Amino acid sequence: MIYLDNAATTMHKPQCVIDAVAGAMGSMGNAGRGANEASLSASRIIYDTRERLCRLFGGTSPKQVVFTANSTESLNIAIRGLLKPGDHVITTMLEHNSVLRPLYHMERQGVRLTIVESDRQGRLDISRIEEEICGETRMIICTNGSNLTGNYVDVEAVGRIAKAHGVLFVVDASQTAGVFPIDVGPMNIDVLCFTGHKGLLGPQGTGGLYVREGLFIRPLKCGGTGVQTYNKSQPEEMPTHLEAGTLNGHGLAGLHAALGYLLETGIDVIRAREQELMQKFYDGVKDIPGVTVYGDFSGKERCPIVTLNIGDYDSGEVSDALLTDYGISTRPGGHCAPLMHEALGTVEQGAVRFSFCHYNTDEEVETAVRAVRELAQEDE
Amino acid sequence: MKKKELRLVVTFHTTADAMAMEKACKEQDVPGRIIPVPRAISAGCGLSWCAELSDREQIVAMMKRAGIEEEEIHECMV
Ligand SMILES: Cc1ncc(COP(=O)(O)O)c(C=O)c1O
Repeated sequence: MIYLDNAATTMHKPQCVIDAVAGAMGSMGNAGRGANEASLSASRIIYDTRERLCRLFGGTSPKQVVFTANSTESLNIAIRGLLKPGDHVITTMLEHNSVLRPLYHMERQGVRLTIVESDRQGRLDISRIEEEICGETRMIICTNGSNLTGNYVDVEAVGRIAKAHGVLFVVDASQTAGVFPIDVGPMNIDVLCFTGHKGLLGPQGTGGLYVREGLFIRPLKCGGTGVQTYNKSQPEEMPTHLEAGTLNGHGLAGLHAALGYLLETGIDVIRAREQELMQKFYDGVKDIPGVTVYGDFSGKERCPIVTLNIGDYDSGEVSDALLTDYGISTRPGGHCAPLMHEALGTVEQGAVRFSFCHYNTDEEVETAVRAVRELAQEDE
Repeated sequence: MKKKELRLVVTFHTTADAMAMEKACKEQDVPGRIIPVPRAISAGCGLSWCAELSDREQIVAMMKRAGIEEEEIHECMV
């Protein structure tokens, strides 16, 4: 099987990640729930994972790294824990449902929501965000990269706008963490939401957020923490404040190993290889008659994603033919990004997404190009 | 792309139902396979069970036995 669905989850994990999870399952106790060796080994590895993430994202304290199950949980914590009725929030058409649905939920509670439009190539005019800011604006929230088109969003520029107007800036780094450099300080990011199972190469069920020091977020959950047992409220100290319940220690041991792999290999090396594979695929398919490629390929930076359609074929059919005739795994349909499909004009058809990982080979890309060409020819 | 034929397409309320369907069909040698929901039915994503029209009775009986609930059973060109 040729796996080209890495934007959904990276399937090929470094062997050290697999070994770390298996090892943890045979040795790890409950972090922060005792001082026995098994519990301490969990606590230590989880703390070390916080440190590695803090370093990766340019944070100031590992205590500001909070673990969750995925980006979706992180985004819910940030959105629901920071906004209140009467607030105004600005987001974009590029967003995933894990941003949009919590925002719609808050809209029903009396938050005013503005969604900045993109053009038909899924490009964002960042100055439009600034135009929407008013006295009630509490937050700008946007993705660092579109999971549908792969278009990269210049969060540093958005962060400058947020800072100039004293507005909170929350970033969905689901598609970029572990692949693109992220530096929360210079980018003025107040909350960075990430998931462990995509570019970070960790297990599913791991994710988190980095919260700027001093920013208070109302917790989504309260419960056991292993500290302050007789306190009737959730402890206010980070990261415990936002981490009720046993963490996914086994998964985090895997994420810990994955971060080691990333720091050792270098995310710049990984990104360069992934963009090279993406470019090779794009160059191979862009001029095939009947093929429509979406997104902006003019800039230097973009996520390693190429999304296309063949004629007016249902994207599900094309994806199915790619799998059954060529053994290529892609993702068709709506990609949880309803507004982006509106902008691209692909609500009905959906779109077929090819997304690359540095583990993919040139031969795999060549096979995928040939497959698209043959399927498009059969169409004529 | 291949020529289409009129086929049976069963849609479900959840991915869990589609997985229960695939498992039960495999266990009981009921024909068909999982495909993405065709856009003629819905643009809302998800998985469906695709089989030949002639398999309808066998499939419906199996779903009843296994307690698998469909969203709808369609006949469409796939
Ligand atoms: C841009 C974007 N945001 C959020 C998510 C949600 O990530 P998760 O499903 O890990 O919560 C994804 C991936 O599915 C994504 O691509």
